[in-house]
Amino acid sequence: MINIEEQRIILSKNGEEMLSLVHNQVQLAYEAFTSFDTDLAEEIILKENRVNALDVRIEKDTDHFIALYSPVATDLRFALALLKINYNLERIGDQAFDIANHTIDLNQKLVPELVERLQFNLMFETLESMFKDVENAFINENLKVARKVFKKDKIINSINANAFEIVAEDAVKNPELIRQYLMALMVMKKFEKIGDLLKNISESIIYFIDAEILKHKKKK
Amino acid sequence: MESRFISEINGKKNYSNTMSDMMSEKTEDAKTEAPIAEKYKLQTKDVNVFYGDFQAIKDISMNIKPKSITAFIGPSGCGKSTFLRLFNRMNDYIEDFKMEGKIKIDDKNIYKDKIQLEQLRKEVGMVFQKPNPFPKSIFENVAYGLKIQGIKDKKLIADRVEKALVQADLWNEVKDNLSKSALTLSGGQQQRLCIARTLAVEPSIILMDEPTSALDPISTAKIEELIHHLKQYYTIIIVTHNMQQAARISDYTAFFYMGELIEFDKTKKIFTNPEKKRTENYITGRFG
Repeated sequence: MINIEEQRIILSKNGEEMLSLVHNQVQLAYEAFTSFDTDLAEEIILKENRVNALDVRIEKDTDHFIALYSPVATDLRFALALLKINYNLERIGDQAFDIANHTIDLNQKLVPELVERLQFNLMFETLESMFKDVENAFINENLKVARKVFKKDKIINSINANAFEIVAEDAVKNPELIRQYLMALMVMKKFEKIGDLLKNISESIIYFIDAEILKHKKKK
Repeated sequence: MESRFISEINGKKNYSNTMSDMMSEKTEDAKTEAPIAEKYKLQTKDVNVFYGDFQAIKDISMNIKPKSITAFIGPSGCGKSTFLRLFNRMNDYIEDFKMEGKIKIDDKNIYKDKIQLEQLRKEVGMVFQKPNPFPKSIFENVAYGLKIQGIKDKKLIADRVEKALVQADLWNEVKDNLSKSALTLSGGQQQRLCIARTLAVEPSIILMDEPTSALDPISTAKIEELIHHLKQYYTIIIVTHNMQQAARISDYTAFFYMGELIEFDKTKKIFTNPEKKRTENYITGRFG
């Protein structure tokens, strides 16, 4: 195997590690918030350092890859895409970190009816499915799977858009739960942001596989 | 001292000799076919080259636009230099060489019997891998081609030498030592001198066969800058093994493999998203 291929495999493995680490952070953040587990929230906050360290390592290694190996064609697209994927993953890590902080700020466990009404579970399940698609598409360079992410992001957006009306309606009836409602809205906004960032990652994966730039285009 | 030719060089170049001068047969069709010649400086159609039983070039058709830089890339022995040397009929002297197909410059077939080879080589200049100045003065090296052409007017020769040295970005370094031996120049300067020698006879096409492979990175950068500058006056075709050089300086890139033209496209396309897997494997260093 020639050296540039070895280096690309190392970078790819780092990308997989970052994906897995950030995915896990989001899973833990959901669990911590919905079960009001502040210990778990503290763990997420501590693990944010690992996300940041890996982010810096990937950025440095990719810089070296470009400087030392002068990649072209698929290798160049991969390196450029990895920089963007890494940047978006780090931002997802930040969202998980914020959710962990919101968990600590929450004064009690979310009431189950609220979780159900806001379709919190469906939102998280959809995000989980998007994460799996992104991981599969990145590892196996699968265009078809990468494109699935766009439709799923629309589900997330729709759940988030409905949440405001639900909260506005319910908060009047249950003013004592107003803090929960506001926290839930803030966390849903974070989940919606994670959906957008996963969509960006999908665009980068499609770019490195197929050289197609999807930024600012309507997704089918 | 600023050369009096700088303004002329920066302006529009007027070629005194064209391919129609080179052809002893002039036809009326030349006028009606002019638009094709304007679109493509050089055209090849179904070109095959044989050295005895060995086929070095296989069915290559290609159109090269005027005032563009085209890079020929490919592994050693793929036929890129053979193909390049067809354009000034340098292969004619190789034993058992045989060519099929058509090669047209300014829409004139250069493999017709009536072609004047001296005129063709004046029109299609060539720069080689290793700088090859003659053991003469700097001035005599550049003036050589003009004297061969029979030009005797000393002022005209001096003007053309200066103009060529300015164009080759060597004038400021040698203007006070024109009578010095060319062999005292550095490798990079010698190569620029060879480029000046080519430019002095005012060609319209310049062929370059790995012109920087024997040079250090600074001399290489100077030559690359020079090639980029010359593009506004000349059609340049360069054979290079340096992928980054092809990517940096050319408008179009042709990838050759085992005598075939695998892919020919804009350089940006070839180096970001080539159509053919074999091209991608080669430029990414996975074979060849």
